[in-house]
Amino acid sequence: MEALKEQVEEKKKVIATLRNQPWRMKRRLVVLKEAQEFVERFEGALGKGRGRKLYAFKVMMAKKLIKFKRDFENFKTACIPWERKIKDVESHFGSSVASYFIFLRWMYGLNLVLFGLMFGLVMLPEILMGLPYGSIPRKTVPREEQPTAMDYSVLFEFGGYCKYSFLFYGYYDHERTIGLLQFRLPLSYLLVGVGIFGYSLMVVIRTMARNANEGGDGAEEGDFTFSWKMFTSWDYLIGNPETADNKYASITTSFKESIVDEQENQKDENIHLRRFLRVLANFMIISCLGGSGYLIYFVVKRSQEFAKSENANLSWFEKNEVEFVMSLLGLVCPPLFETIAELEDYHPRIALKWQLGRIFALFLGNLYTFLFALFDEVNAKLESEKSIKNSTEWIYNQYHANYSSFFNTTDVSIILYTVVEFVKLIVSDIQVTYLTILIGDFVRAVTVRFLNYCWCWDLEAGFPSYGEFDISGNVLGLIFNQGMIWMGAFYAPGLVGLNVLRLLTSMYYQCWAVMCCNVPHERVFKASRSNNFYMGLLLLVLFLSLLPVVYTIMTLSPSFDCGPFSGQEKMYDVVMETIEQDLPAFIGNIFTYATNPGLIMPAVLLMVLALYYLNALSKGYQQANLDLKRKMQMARDEEKNRRNNKDSTNQVMKDLEDLLPNKSLAPPPIEEDKSPKTKPGAARKGVNLQKDVSLAAPNPRAPVTRAPGPRRGPPGNARGPQPGPGRGRGRGGPPRQ
Amino acid sequence: MGNKQTIFTDEQLDAYQVRHLQLHGRYHELAPHLVPMDYTKDPDCKLPLALIVNMPELKENPFRNRIVESFSEDGMGNLSFNEFVDMFSVLSEMAPRELKAIYAFKIYDFNVDNYLCKEDLEKTLNKLTKEELTPEEVELVCQKAIEEADLDGDNKLSFADFENMITRAPDFLR
Repeated sequence: MEALKEQVEEKKKVIATLRNQPWRMKRRLVVLKEAQEFVERFEGALGKGRGRKLYAFKVMMAKKLIKFKRDFENFKTACIPWERKIKDVESHFGSSVASYFIFLRWMYGLNLVLFGLMFGLVMLPEILMGLPYGSIPRKTVPREEQPTAMDYSVLFEFGGYCKYSFLFYGYYDHERTIGLLQFRLPLSYLLVGVGIFGYSLMVVIRTMARNANEGGDGAEEGDFTFSWKMFTSWDYLIGNPETADNKYASITTSFKESIVDEQENQKDENIHLRRFLRVLANFMIISCLGGSGYLIYFVVKRSQEFAKSENANLSWFEKNEVEFVMSLLGLVCPPLFETIAELEDYHPRIALKWQLGRIFALFLGNLYTFLFALFDEVNAKLESEKSIKNSTEWIYNQYHANYSSFFNTTDVSIILYTVVEFVKLIVSDIQVTYLTILIGDFVRAVTVRFLNYCWCWDLEAGFPSYGEFDISGNVLGLIFNQGMIWMGAFYAPGLVGLNVLRLLTSMYYQCWAVMCCNVPHERVFKASRSNNFYMGLLLLVLFLSLLPVVYTIMTLSPSFDCGPFSGQEKMYDVVMETIEQDLPAFIGNIFTYATNPGLIMPAVLLMVLALYYLNALSKGYQQANLDLKRKMQMARDEEKNRRNNKDSTNQVMKDLEDLLPNKSLAPPPIEEDKSPKTKPGAARKGVNLQKDVSLAAPNPRAPVTRAPGPRRGPPGNARGPQPGPGRGRGRGGPPRQ
Repeated sequence: MGNKQTIFTDEQLDAYQVRHLQLHGRYHELAPHLVPMDYTKDPDCKLPLALIVNMPELKENPFRNRIVESFSEDGMGNLSFNEFVDMFSVLSEMAPRELKAIYAFKIYDFNVDNYLCKEDLEKTLNKLTKEELTPEEVELVCQKAIEEADLDGDNKLSFADFENMITRAPDFLR
């Protein structure tokens, strides 16, 4: 009875694993029939019966589940915007160019959220529930400006109706509450302004943390890089010819990337020459940076002198000199840096990082020089405004403002002036970027293509040929643009909306430009798997753009008649007011306690200690990881050597072998059984029996190349005499053909 | 028509446990005049390679010829219906990893000598990249692949080497 049961179980198992056997269909069917008959005949005897139907049902449910999961994944992937476009770019240009577009898409998402916040909580209430245009002075275009207020040129400079619209800070009323819902607009304005920074900070850090988990700096890990690429890169589900073409291109690119990595590893080095060249290159670049900073300072000072002179006589160039010079620097310096960097001869990925860092320093220096120069001016103005403020004539001027001088800002807040300048800078930056792409890439490509027919040398192969996509320039442009938006968002709520539009058009425009006018880099290299480098830069820029805004919130007192905080001593007084008047008393008490320095100092100290502890912990984990990796590598090497029947390359093992007594008494190798797995050659060589004492566990899948016979282990080895050829039984069975 | 009763007997359907009728439909539409509608008597008919590689699932696949050849009994790519079903069941996502590894090895073994030698790898690579790589690059890649995966040092990949390498791969199942 028992034996019968066992047999039935065995047959059932055979049926269940029948799919896994690589047999011909006929053979499978035969075996299946036999097994099923057997089971049927005897199962009835044993009293069970419904197994088969249940099994079929289970299989069907499993299949349905898998299909559903697949469909859902497909749907989720289809929802991601522009995924197809980016994959196209990736397959032709490599992962590093595609990483720029992925970054762009991420930025777009971030800006969309910021815009939603700003629009919903600040702009919409003011438009819907606030006083309409023209009702109060700050919302009206002054009489002198009215004739020109709708002119395109004035609008273009963000003067005229633009300046007095909801796009700018000055429009917002300082009433504590507005409309039916008693919406506290000034409070909301301040909180949204701060909230924008808070949200951006949170998102950037969260993305960095997520990327850090995926690890890797772009360098190839894993031991079977090329093999895996060769055997697993084709996607067997592709049925569309165009997709197939893309897949071929991407596989080729992926191979090229790995080849570049491999070649870098095999390069020879002449250390001293390299070091000297690198120092020289860095020196040249630093002097460039210094020169550009000085140039900007000089130009800003000059523009202020221009402004002090007659307004009408300034040419366009002189009026916009500052923006022009900054854009020019931004255009000329990066290629210059790249040319100098060729002296350094780094791996392309590392060279890209250096390039990014340098351009970053350039833009940062330029921006801060610009701001300092402007602030100088603002401070000078503040002095003069304070003296006028107390006179009654100032009130008179509010209605009969004379614009005799470009800098008569008595009825326009100074902050507004700075902001307008800023916005102009951003817009001109956008324009320059688009123009550069148009001229630098498109016109160049068209010229090369068509002039080639009638030119003496081959334009496509030699100079100027087609352009390569400039990753570093574009990424940094994007990051700095975002930094400027952050800086300006508090004072110009419309700026975030402008940025959303800009990113949207950028995406389409640049995708088109890259596919149409650029060629892939000569040395295609793999991007870092994480975008953490870009994120780090973005974080830095976020902090740097936070500083001016926080400074102005905390120290400058708002102008008398402009913006939602007018009338307060300091802007954050709005919050204090709200706490006092609107919230119950005990909350006010809580806040008073919480802002006590005696509480804040220990809290800060605690956070610093927690940081230190977590840092030490993570270092410990990294070390443990490295140790494990090293162990695995050693195990694999030992295995390899054992199979190759060579001496262990591990020096420690060699020494250990030398120490063993009576080494010469090792039995001569006996011929092993021929197993279909081994090649004829290997069977002849003697096996170094000492190998079995290696630090790694023996591999159960090793082919049978071991000589039988008694073995002496080193003292302390618990392993007994080597078992005979029977050990090979379970391993490497007959090839399944 | 497609009435269950007339194509396969119930037992046959049970035995196959796959989406048998659909597959039969596909097989039939490849060559309607060759493939009988009635399979109850286990007829013996084979379809040539050229018809099968034109199926939409296989058309874009660079290895389509090899795939069909490795499932055919005569090695020339002529598939009977049983072999046809076999092929799709291995390619489906329900097939276990070991089975796929075995057949993958067969597919990549162009000269059918049970080893993946350098020529096999070169052919694989050229099919994958549509010959876009230079000969030096091809040489480098094949060399590196053999270096990485070859454990017994014979400069070609036996099935054990291949299986050892492929089972560790993260995205092998497709």
